[in-house]
Amino acid sequence: MNTIKRKETISNSNLLFAIAAVIFALMYGFAVLRYPRSFLQYQTFFDLFNLNAPLIILTLGLSIVMIGGGIDISVGAVTGLVTMCCAVFLESGRGSVGGSMLLALGIGLAFGLLQGFLIAYLEIQPFIITLAGMFLANGLLTTIHKDPLNVTMAEFVRLRDYSMVVPWLGTTNRLGNFIPLEVKPGTFVAALLIAALAVLMHWSRFGRNLYAVGGNSQSSLMLGINVRRTKFSSYALCGLLSGVAGFVFIMTTGAGNVGNASGFEMKAIAGSIIGGTMLSGGVGNLIGSPVGALTLLTINELIRAAGVNSNFQAIVSGLLLCVFIVLQSLVMWLRGAGGFKLALPAWLAPGGKGGRAG
Amino acid sequence: MRRTAIIVYTASGEKQLQTPNVLEMRGICKSFPGVRALHDVSFTLRSGEVHALMGENGAGKSTLIKVMTGVYEKDSGQITVEGKAMHFRSPQDAQAFGVGTVYQEISLCHNLTVAENMFIGRGRYAFVDWKGMREKTARLLDSLGIPARPTQQLSSCSLAVQQMIAIARAIDMDCRILILDEPTSSLDEDEVRKLFSLMRELKSRGVGIVFVTHFLDQVYEISDRITVLRNGEFIGDYDASSLPQLELVSKMMGKALDDVSQIKKREVPALEGGAPVFEAQGLSSAAGVRPFDFAIRKGEVNGFTGLLGSGRSESVRAIYAADKVTGGEIKVHGRKARIGEPIQAMKLGIGYLPEDRKGDGIIAELSVRDNIILALQVMKGFFKPFSRKEAESFADEYIERLNIKTASTSTPIKSLSGGNQQKVILARWLLTHPEYLILDEPTRGIDVGTKVEIQKLVLKLAEEGVSVTFISSEIEEMLRTCSRLIVMKDRAIVGELSGESLTERDVLHVIAGGGE
Repeated sequence: MNTIKRKETISNSNLLFAIAAVIFALMYGFAVLRYPRSFLQYQTFFDLFNLNAPLIILTLGLSIVMIGGGIDISVGAVTGLVTMCCAVFLESGRGSVGGSMLLALGIGLAFGLLQGFLIAYLEIQPFIITLAGMFLANGLLTTIHKDPLNVTMAEFVRLRDYSMVVPWLGTTNRLGNFIPLEVKPGTFVAALLIAALAVLMHWSRFGRNLYAVGGNSQSSLMLGINVRRTKFSSYALCGLLSGVAGFVFIMTTGAGNVGNASGFEMKAIAGSIIGGTMLSGGVGNLIGSPVGALTLLTINELIRAAGVNSNFQAIVSGLLLCVFIVLQSLVMWLRGAGGFKLALPAWLAPGGKGGRAG
Repeated sequence: MRRTAIIVYTASGEKQLQTPNVLEMRGICKSFPGVRALHDVSFTLRSGEVHALMGENGAGKSTLIKVMTGVYEKDSGQITVEGKAMHFRSPQDAQAFGVGTVYQEISLCHNLTVAENMFIGRGRYAFVDWKGMREKTARLLDSLGIPARPTQQLSSCSLAVQQMIAIARAIDMDCRILILDEPTSSLDEDEVRKLFSLMRELKSRGVGIVFVTHFLDQVYEISDRITVLRNGEFIGDYDASSLPQLELVSKMMGKALDDVSQIKKREVPALEGGAPVFEAQGLSSAAGVRPFDFAIRKGEVNGFTGLLGSGRSESVRAIYAADKVTGGEIKVHGRKARIGEPIQAMKLGIGYLPEDRKGDGIIAELSVRDNIILALQVMKGFFKPFSRKEAESFADEYIERLNIKTASTSTPIKSLSGGNQQKVILARWLLTHPEYLILDEPTRGIDVGTKVEIQKLVLKLAEEGVSVTFISSEIEEMLRTCSRLIVMKDRAIVGELSGESLTERDVLHVIAGGGE
């Protein structure tokens, strides 16, 4: 009786999120026990955000697209392109920080709108379109500027070096000096976006429609949802988030570089999946996704702390991803995911053309 | 509520009460690539009536409904709603105008909660009022007696409950036209009662209801009028009270026109060797066919007949294990056997020509030759391929024997006509020299000449000692070839007919539920 109740009240999205959260807590708990000197510092935890805010933001964008049943593999390249464009713009002598922000958002949004249009309205495979977008962004990036470009504009450097100091959360280092906790602006951007997008996906009509579209786009159409517009919006939003991520990236590193954010799309996909988003769509949680990304990052930190060859990072990440996917399908299967199949038995297949007679 | 009536004074000055047509469709045509789904179909729906839309599979009912609701764009024709010409471009359009639809394949989202499914796609505001939504849903579920909770995930509800939720959603939209496409297929008797009383209630409020079902008894229980479609064409609309069930069935099935007097069916052969070639007891499958007994003798031709959804295809699929077998015993030549998957059936000498030629039969990109040797190759094993020469000689032999019209043995099968494709699939099975051949709709969609050829071939095979089960939606065809007819209804066998003087009427009688 008890199990039935639980089965009914917790949604798949929340269940997978809970699993992700538990695993992250276990992982971080293990890290603290094993390497207390490094992981007990607040700075270590906040550095996960300080240094990886762009990736976390991209994870949010990808989760949104994946909940809608799509995929966007252009985000890493677009982020890289944005950093380079901002760097060139800021170094041009006529640039301003505000202008570069707008530029970043504009580039991201442009990619999102274009890809979203092609995918939603012309019904082309999202994988192909965003692959093309990725190539395009990569090509533009190297065309604009090949070499690393350090931004030296004073106003920007101030922003780059700014960090909020939280004195009451600091740590004492080995020499006995007290070092206060530093939080970078990117962390705030990421936190704000997590909160805003979680609200959007849970309480807005767009968010709920997107879950429906990802769950079953045919049914959604029949239920009166504008499937195309919903899909289109999800890609536009994801593109916009790539722009934000790009700006946060250059705000953290202070340089445009050909290799910026390369491979982030795959990390973001992995983070989303570990965070409980299903590639098949319709299931996911916008708080879970950053947790998934943090899980991956914690593994990397752990391996670094252990002093093992960094190749192991990739291996362990790969294995973990695999375990997660198996776990997810296991959970879904155990919950009687048979309900995800077509609702009617096969012998009642659609009566129109092409249906089977009995 | 919205009951309106028009009083018409006829020429003689008499006063007549007429309910207005809430929906009128005239001359609707709709084609898909290669298929003419609807041709010049008309349909009228009055407010406050239940109008049954009847027809066999492929008759175009679902297509007509999808044209009604804006899922498909019609090629030509007019639709008027309450006297105004309307053109629904999308389901949203139709929904906004008061057309509520419950589709055959339940169109809800399994990953959302019951409450969300009730309200999604209907909101006007940018944000969702979860609390209000849950409360309204709870009230609605309560008033309709649906055993579900608003916060429950839809996937955890039974099919019947999902169906009721879809209906509740349509009702809650306060629609003027309610379309129910096979709403009762997953409901039990009690739930059907509940649905019907709900339909009567809506009727009295002036809602026009389109009701599609394959259950004839239900049609007569609830419907006021009946429109019959066949092969995408409009056959007629009738008052339910003036159209006997038998006539309805014959209108739905139509008559075959081909002249095939030269075909002479065989008698049921004597039992040879003490046991039938194939025997099943209590066989059932995951596709929903009820446990049935079945046997076929050496050289016998028999057939399963019945309406769509009666389980005729499912029965033979269970024999061949094309669907997952869930129970029953099988004997081949009197010895117990187990068929868990098609390859085991093949090894026992059973061949199966599937109903869906395009989907399950041909491998479109492969050549005629490769399509012919496929079954034999599977039985031999893929690691022992036939040489080109062997394959070539097999292909040549059967192309000649079955008179297959193809440019060469290497022509891709997709470029052949339907009838010739079917012959290639037949050749595929004949090459394995089966003892028992199951042919599911071998004559569908092919020209009359080839139909006759295939029927003759069936009888010739039987003469050579092959047992054949033959299924066709054209009853006349089956009467000509089968010495024994097994009649199915609602996924169970309801009768068995044999004898020289069998007529179509006898068969229809059993199907229509007249029994013996």
